[in-house]
Amino acid sequence: MTTATPAKTQYEAVIGLETHCQLSTETKIFSPSSTAFGAPPNTHIDPICMGMPGVLPVLNQKVLEYAVKAGLALNCQIAPYSKFDRKQYFYPDLPKNYQISQYDLPIAEHGWLEIELYDKASGSATRKRIGITRLHMEEDAGKLVHGGSDRLAGSSYSLVDYNRAGVPLIEIVSEPDLRTGQEAAEYAQELRRIVRYLGVSDGNMQEGSLRCDVNISVRPVGTETFGTKVEIKNMNSFNAIQRAIEYEIDRQIEAIETGEKIVQETRLWDESSQRTISMRVKEGSSDYRYFPEPDLGPIQVSSEQLSTWKAELPELPYQKRERYESELGLSAYDARVLTDDRAKAEYFEATVAAGAPAKQAANWITQDLSAYLNANSELAITDLKLTPANLAELIGLIEAGTISNAGAKTVLPKLLESGGSPTKLVEAEGLIQLSDADAIGALIDEVLAAHPKELEQFRAGKTKMQGFFVGQVMKKTNGRADPKLTNQILAHKLTSAE
Amino acid sequence: MTSIRALHQQLVKKERSAVEIAQEALERIQSVEPKVHSFLHVTAEKALEQAKQIDAKIAAGEAIGLLAGIPVGIKDNMCTQGIPTTCASRILQNFVPPYESTVTQKLLDAGAVTVGKTNLDEFAMGGSTETSAYQLTYNPWDVSRVPGGSSGGSAAAVAAGECTVSLGSDTGGSIRQPASFCGIVGMKPTYGLVSRYGLVAFASSLDQIGPFSRSVEDTAILLGAIAGHDPKDSTSLNVEIPDYTQFLKPDLKGKKIGVIKETFGEGLDVEVGAAVETAIQQLQSLGAEVVEISCPRFRYGIAAYYIIAPSEASANLARYDGVKYGARIPDADNLMEMYTRTRAEGFGAEVKRRIMIGTYTLSAGYYDAYYLKAQKVRTLIKQDFEAAFKQVDALVCPTVPTTAFKAGDKSADPLSMYLVDLMTIPVNLAGLPGMSVPCGFDAAGMPIGLQIIGGVLREDNVLQVGYAYEQATDWHTRSPKL
Repeated sequence: MTTATPAKTQYEAVIGLETHCQLSTETKIFSPSSTAFGAPPNTHIDPICMGMPGVLPVLNQKVLEYAVKAGLALNCQIAPYSKFDRKQYFYPDLPKNYQISQYDLPIAEHGWLEIELYDKASGSATRKRIGITRLHMEEDAGKLVHGGSDRLAGSSYSLVDYNRAGVPLIEIVSEPDLRTGQEAAEYAQELRRIVRYLGVSDGNMQEGSLRCDVNISVRPVGTETFGTKVEIKNMNSFNAIQRAIEYEIDRQIEAIETGEKIVQETRLWDESSQRTISMRVKEGSSDYRYFPEPDLGPIQVSSEQLSTWKAELPELPYQKRERYESELGLSAYDARVLTDDRAKAEYFEATVAAGAPAKQAANWITQDLSAYLNANSELAITDLKLTPANLAELIGLIEAGTISNAGAKTVLPKLLESGGSPTKLVEAEGLIQLSDADAIGALIDEVLAAHPKELEQFRAGKTKMQGFFVGQVMKKTNGRADPKLTNQILAHKLTSAE
Repeated sequence: MTSIRALHQQLVKKERSAVEIAQEALERIQSVEPKVHSFLHVTAEKALEQAKQIDAKIAAGEAIGLLAGIPVGIKDNMCTQGIPTTCASRILQNFVPPYESTVTQKLLDAGAVTVGKTNLDEFAMGGSTETSAYQLTYNPWDVSRVPGGSSGGSAAAVAAGECTVSLGSDTGGSIRQPASFCGIVGMKPTYGLVSRYGLVAFASSLDQIGPFSRSVEDTAILLGAIAGHDPKDSTSLNVEIPDYTQFLKPDLKGKKIGVIKETFGEGLDVEVGAAVETAIQQLQSLGAEVVEISCPRFRYGIAAYYIIAPSEASANLARYDGVKYGARIPDADNLMEMYTRTRAEGFGAEVKRRIMIGTYTLSAGYYDAYYLKAQKVRTLIKQDFEAAFKQVDALVCPTVPTTAFKAGDKSADPLSMYLVDLMTIPVNLAGLPGMSVPCGFDAAGMPIGLQIIGGVLREDNVLQVGYAYEQATDWHTRSPKL
């Protein structure tokens, strides 16, 4: 991908993402405390996650299950033999001053994730596979709250909250296969979709359940060697990931063009100024003095266990997108919107299973239902009183000509609020469509007779008056007249009366 | 000295009450502590309270277990809820655990009466209990000598009659070596047989808790009480725990015992060598077939150990940083100063030495040459033992090449101190059970120990050999005059 700089040399960016994803287990990775977010400081702690003397970690088996499922969903090879290691560094939020992580034998390796790059202008989508280098399990650290400064340096005192210490994480490292900010943002979104589909994480970026660090360098197009890599942190939305990368690509190209040297460093994305700011320059690589965790035995996943977990995997977003397009004939756009959320996709599938044509079901869900859910943000699609079967029934009424599209829209709010059978409701509301040609013809005659002036205007060439007559017919029938039929008969009467 | 079984008989026959037994122990502590200094904290009130509960049970006609009402000492690196646990370190001076270690919980459940927490080398790092930040413990047989270490307090307390039995921990010989120096029985069980939950970690892959007692039978009883799978310790073995007293048989017919050739060479004290040789002949006369066994990699144990143990220790001790508990220097200007001064002032010289060694051996560029190589040596030592146990039921050798030395003799020379563990370390590296039983005295009247080593989970063989030997000799019946 090239950038829009006026320089003669064309550059491309080489981008890799390191994503930390909190697993949504009830309890911590090695101890029994709750993982719930937002509790008062130091209320979700125990001697183990506090690293008190003599305590020992015991692996929460749910963590292993979630990590393996995430690995499988990312098409990784699951290690039959894996282990934990100690990663050592001193920091007050790290109770033991080492983090139990995985070093040379991660639970999953060599996978891939497919991203779909949707082009709004053309409405088409292209797909790209991004390699997954590895996925490993580790414990999260606590959180520092600084007094008198927002950093440790310069603060007059610091407080530590260990509620988050020991919350299970998976770290997912991508290959440097990404080339643009859009690709990176799409990768992160797809990763979130996957962990949400699996139910292994809530993927909430604001609460820090999903944290992405970006590694990025630029090089002239056609060269094989990598440029000097810069790490960017502190992006808490997909949009921020995209903008931070776009900013950084421009910054690095400009630096190279003006003969500046790119330094290997960590930069922070500053949302307010929309820039990346240097945080610290890396002087050589840190020595974490990794060694195998002697308090935990090796992790062995039997092939039986693996096949059980494999069988429990849901259909993944990229598989659904593919199926919706190729089997159900949906557009790339509809497939993308419907599969963004597993519950939405399942609602759609249930509607189709109940007999609704896919395209119509997709339209109702992506338009009217989505609008309603947007307006009532506390509701999830699964909370709707309108069941997929009800929606299919409503669509069926339209398809059969029993009600008009407008009639369906009239009853929708009631169905969304209170549920119930659409057939009964349209009967009760008197919305059954008027499809009797003679009756409609008679109504049209009445309308034309009652509006001679408008009829005069029509005849004088103001053809859009036809809409006015249709409107009058609808008014007389409370919208029940079949609009197609009404238009046909009206057109016939208007021309034949001349 | 009264055995567990004899005390139990006195209790159930109501000849003595548990409170009387506890009071006797506490009085003994009061009279000999000024000379021996085994304990860091004596928990007299708690002990009497526990003893009262046992008496109430007996009065109510309830059945009591063998350990009920028995006075025990606990090495001060095992966490005891509400009772200070210092590891003999300044950095944990004021640390009172809010949780109970699995072993001490098991003892409480069995009705044992905890008389106090015993002295040790700081964080169990040492072989003489001289690195304790608080006090020196002296050998009850000669109070100018060390009791050995690191569980010197627990060994001295039993030898001095301050408690019937005690718990120690053994990372490279820290139970067997002081047992040998103090003329008592001390056993390090198979790695994973006893839960480490609540044992303050020194070297996690080597640490193991075990009993001290005056007789092999008492060790068998105490081992049965503390052994067993613990879901809180991922390295604990999920195995059935037998009644270990069933293996206490007076003869050794049909048993094959190997003598480790490499332990009878340079550095072995002549008197110790002679005592052990005599003991081996005794084993033969008890019906055992004795053969010579070579463990060629045995001698590399110390080198491997002094890389692996400090490596693990450097990480295990990183948590003592002044942030969460324990000591913190009061007036640091910044985080780095708080870290460095808290640790500089909180740890003693030996602990700092090992943290530095371990930090170095795990550093990038040195890991392969030191840590990884040491782990390979460990595997080779294990293989030597595996080969040996295909031929024999148990191995024997001296527990320590010498008897207890004078206080201060080796404390200025860490290397000579490290060599004291020459014969015990390989057993930890291989995760095997090992026990020291008294097998004589030198001309100075200091006890000598015979080490009996078994295969993985073959505590039965170790106990049988130790018991048969003990029944045929009277070394264990002698007591120091204090």
